Amino acid sequence: MESTRYHKLLAEVESTEMVLNMGPQHPSTHGVLRLELITDGEIVKEVIPHVGYLHRCFEKHAENLTYQQTIPFVDRLDYLASMNSSHAWVMGAERMLGIDGDIPKRIEYIRVLVSELNRIGSHLIALGTYGIDIGAFTPFLWCFRDREHIMNMLEWASGSRMLYNYIWVGGLFYDLPVGFEERCKEFIDYFKPKMAELNELLTGNEIFISRTANVGVLPLTTAINYGCSGPMLRGSGLKWDLRRVDEYSAYPELEFDIPVGKGEMGTIGDCWDRFKVRIDEIEQSVHIISQCLSRLQSDLKRTQDFDPRARLPKKIIPKAQDFYMRAENPKGELGFYFVTDGKSEIPKRVKARGPSFCNLSVISEISRGILIADLIAIIGSVDIVLGELDR
Amino acid sequence: MTFEEIKSLLIEKFGADVIVGEETTGRQPALIIKPEAIADVCLELRDNEKTWFDFLASLSGVDYGVEEDIFGVVYHLASIPYKTSLTLKVRKYHDRSREELPSFPTVSEVWKTADWHEREAYDLVGIRFENHPDLRRILLPDDWEGYPLRKDYKAQEYYNGIKVD
Repeated sequence: MESTRYHKLLAEVESTEMVLNMGPQHPSTHGVLRLELITDGEIVKEVIPHVGYLHRCFEKHAENLTYQQTIPFVDRLDYLASMNSSHAWVMGAERMLGIDGDIPKRIEYIRVLVSELNRIGSHLIALGTYGIDIGAFTPFLWCFRDREHIMNMLEWASGSRMLYNYIWVGGLFYDLPVGFEERCKEFIDYFKPKMAELNELLTGNEIFISRTANVGVLPLTTAINYGCSGPMLRGSGLKWDLRRVDEYSAYPELEFDIPVGKGEMGTIGDCWDRFKVRIDEIEQSVHIISQCLSRLQSDLKRTQDFDPRARLPKKIIPKAQDFYMRAENPKGELGFYFVTDGKSEIPKRVKARGPSFCNLSVISEISRGILIADLIAIIGSVDIVLGELDR
Repeated sequence: MTFEEIKSLLIEKFGADVIVGEETTGRQPALIIKPEAIADVCLELRDNEKTWFDFLASLSGVDYGVEEDIFGVVYHLASIPYKTSLTLKVRKYHDRSREELPSFPTVSEVWKTADWHEREAYDLVGIRFENHPDLRRILLPDDWEGYPLRKDYKAQEYYNGIKVD
C-alpha cells in the first residue's frame, strides 16, 4: 500500500517545501474537511483532501430501515437542502413501486414549491459564506436574515427548521398550512429587491471581482471528467440541469432558464462564474415559486377533503430490481442507487452519490501553483456540504 | 443509441464473449460485462462518437449476499451530448477470504470520477481495483478493520481503546 500516489507525493517533498494542514477545524473549509497542502512559500504545490470526519454510516443505516424510516437520514445528508434530498429519495421509491404517475398535481406542486424555497436557502448560505471567505462580512448577515424567512415558512409547514421529514413516499406529511401561499407571496415581493441590493454590494464589487475572476478556472472537459455537476458544471458553461434533462415531478410544466457561466469578468469557469450561476439560479427559483403559487391558488386550490396522506402505500415493497434515481440538488446531481430483492421492505443495498463528493475531488486538479489565499476562494466557490460528502 | 444498438456495437468491437449477460426486466436495463474487459469497454463507450458516455454518474460496489458470495461493481454512465444513460455491471465469485480481496480493473483512467468512488468501494465493500493510483480508505480511518457494507460484517469491539457500539 506504500506505493500509492499519496505516499509518493509526501516522500518527494523537498527540504524547501512545507506540508501544511488546513482543517479539520478551520472556518473556511466549511465543515470538518482537512486539506493537506504541500507549499513552497505562499505557492500551493499540491492539495490532498482528506474526507470522512463526518461519516455517519448512511448506507449501512439504509440497509436496516424501511424507505419511509430512512427519510430523516436522507434529510441529514445535505442538511442545507433537506427538502431536495428527500424529494429525490421519495421519487426513487415511488418509481420503483410504479406509483409515480398517480401522485396528485397539488402534491407535486407543493413538493416543487418547498424544494425551490430550500434551494434558495441553500444558495443564500453558499453566497453569504463565500463573501466571508473573501473578507466581506455584511452579505453574510443579509443572506442569513433572508434565509430566516424561508426557515420560518418551512417550519410552519413541517414543524422543523432544518430537517423537515415533510415529503413522504406517496404524499406529504401535511398539507400546507392555511395562509402559507399568501405568506410566501409576501416573501417573494420582499425578497426580489433584497437580491438587487446583494448584487450591488457583492456581485459587482471591484474587490470581490479581483479576488474571484480568473481564479480557479475549471475547464469544461475537466469538469465532466471529474463528474462535477450543478453550479460547478454550469459555471463552466454547460447547460445541464436534471430538472430539464429528466423532466421529473412538476418541472415540465414550469418555465425557467438554466443560467450558465459566460466568463463576464474573466475566464469561463472561474470562481466568479460559479458565484454568478448561484445568484441567477435564485432568480429562477423565485420565478418557479411564483408559478407554483399561482397554480396552488387557482386550479390546484386546497379543498376540504384533500388528504395528502391518502395515497401513502401501506407497505413499500418494490419488486426485485436495480434502480438509479437522480435529481438536481442545489449542489448538483444527487443520485440514489437501490438494489431490492422484491420480498422485504428494506433495500438490499443503497448507495448515495453526493454531488459535493465529486465536486470536491476536482480541487487538487485546479489548485496547483496558486496562492494559499486563492485556495480559500476556490473551496468556497465549490460549495460543499460535508454531511453529504461524508454521508 | 438504444440499448440493443449499444449491445451490438460492443459485440462487434470486442467479440460476443464480452457481454456475459443482461438484465432487462427493470426500468433501467443493464449489461453485465466480462470483468477483465470493463476498462476497455468503458473507454470505447466514452470515446465512440455514437455513444459518448462522457459522464460517470455513480460507481457502487455491491455485496450480493452470503449465500452466493458474489461481489460486483455497478457503473452508471450518462452521455451529456445524447442525454442517454446506461448501466454496466461486473460481478465475480469470491470466497470472502481475508488475504485476498475481490478485484476488478480500475476505470479511473477513463473517468476521474471513479478515482474517489473506487476508493469508497474499497473502503466500505472491500473491493480491490487493479492499477488504481491511490487505493486508500477514504471515509473510514486508515486503521479500521473490516468492510462495513459486507453482508457478513461484524464491527470490531474496540477501536484504539474506544468501545464500538
